[in-house]
Amino acid sequence: MVAAYLFLAPGFVLFALVILYPIARALQISLHEWAIVPGIASEFVGLRNYTRALDDPIFWRALVNTGFYMAVTVPVQIVLGLAAAVLLDARMPGRIFFRTLYYIPVITSWVVVSLLFRYLFITDGGLVNWTLTDGIHLTDQNISWLGGRWTALAAVSILGIWKGIGWSMVIFLAALQAVPHELHEASAVDGAGAWGRFRTVSLPAIRPVVAFVTILLVIGGFNVFTSVFLITAGGPNDATQVLLTYMYRQAFTFLDFGYASSISFILTAIVFVLSLAQLRLFRRPGEPR
Amino acid sequence: MVVGKSRARAVLGLRLLLLSLGAVVMIVPFAYMLATSFKPNSLALEVPPQFIPRDPTIANYRDAWSSNHFGRYFVNSLGVAVATTAVSVLLSSMMAFAFSRLRFPGRRLLFGLLLVGLMVPTMMLIVPQFLLAKQLVLLDSYLGLVVFYAGGALALNTFLLRSFFQDIPRELEEAMVVDGAGPWKRYRQLILPLSRPALATVAIFTFLASWDEFVWALTIINDPSKRTLPIAIALFQGQYATSWGIVFAASAIAVLPVIAIFVALQRQFIGGITAGAVKG
Repeated sequence: MVAAYLFLAPGFVLFALVILYPIARALQISLHEWAIVPGIASEFVGLRNYTRALDDPIFWRALVNTGFYMAVTVPVQIVLGLAAAVLLDARMPGRIFFRTLYYIPVITSWVVVSLLFRYLFITDGGLVNWTLTDGIHLTDQNISWLGGRWTALAAVSILGIWKGIGWSMVIFLAALQAVPHELHEASAVDGAGAWGRFRTVSLPAIRPVVAFVTILLVIGGFNVFTSVFLITAGGPNDATQVLLTYMYRQAFTFLDFGYASSISFILTAIVFVLSLAQLRLFRRPGEPR
Repeated sequence: MVVGKSRARAVLGLRLLLLSLGAVVMIVPFAYMLATSFKPNSLALEVPPQFIPRDPTIANYRDAWSSNHFGRYFVNSLGVAVATTAVSVLLSSMMAFAFSRLRFPGRRLLFGLLLVGLMVPTMMLIVPQFLLAKQLVLLDSYLGLVVFYAGGALALNTFLLRSFFQDIPRELEEAMVVDGAGPWKRYRQLILPLSRPALATVAIFTFLASWDEFVWALTIINDPSKRTLPIAIALFQGQYATSWGIVFAASAIAVLPVIAIFVALQRQFIGGITAGAVKG
């Protein structure tokens, strides 16, 4: 029995130090007007940092922007990831090749792909604008993608989708391959076409996996940071701040640790509630609670 | 029968067509990035865009590697990632062994706390972690990176290894117990050797996470010579906003090893990614 604790101790002490203790500290800091100068006591302000967020228009904008990013990227990643998985779920040449290729953006660092997309979305001479104007003649004016709130968020969302499709595809593909063949065959004997079999056999079978992917994508969407930080830095004029870029700015530009921590906690609470809501939503009717 | 065959062919053709379209979308940004990394800076935003540079040059790679110190940053990243992986895999495999193979009071509670760590987004803790690193005099040091990267990876690694260790048959272990082997011996000589694939998967993911990590390094590293690749690339781009050629040469230096490892070990990767999702 002592041995068990000896096995646990080194790892758990480290875990407690860098994760558990900071969780408690974050709560404590969020209840204070945190003094960063050593020797000066921090003032306890109760929930004032939280009520401050409610009165802060930039906080609300950051919340809406984060919600926009999530609302755009999650459904598209699910639909396209599932579509790619269905296309790959067959005996065909090049399966591993496509799967590997689609997954490369997933394993590529956020820093690199963020700078890359910033480069692609440059107004004059960027590949995206060139494609839209001279390439397919959709418009003859270059779009100032990163100059406006919604176009910049669109660019960031496109990056999120492009980088994420491979991940949902790989998981959906593994789930589809685990669906027993007999089910498909039985359904085919009953005269169901490909679409019918997909709807009545595959989809119900992979429903828990769809739930899993959705929940993780929503969490990931709410945690969007590096792409916004490096593509727009929240600008112009805080128009494209998301919750984490705004939190980071409050913490390390304005050194307002108390306010930053309260934003972190609000974000965590939202993610937690959304995850619970989805768990309920995805529960099959009649399934035990 | 003939009709069925030609129809199956058409379906396969359509599949391949759609998948190829998607593949083009996935690969074009990277291809363009590589093209730019071989162009002189004056041509980085040339219209129409050239995917195959007319006068390719490796000057950007040379400049990035030597005069802009990306060679050094590469070594920094490598050292930090290797140390992080070693520490995290060792400690999490020990914890996973205790959680899966030993009985002791408080097991559920401690495991529950570990799951809390799994659910909290890391970025949420950046302020208290920064204050902690300051107290421990870990700011601006490699050790400050390794301690927090390794500690941050523990929960997930322990969770994954535990479920793998649980599947190892008990009989083998019981035989060793009969022979008088203690827990340490069973961990070293039975569990670890039988878990090589799982350990490799966990090691790869830990290494990658450390290699790509950005915001923590950005926050605690001040000394330019201690930069890791991600912050070096981002800060370089911020400083020389138009030197896209060098930015992407440095990016290629950071990304190509990762892609090479992924392509070589992709079975292990995919297995690791899907194991938790599909099983659970």
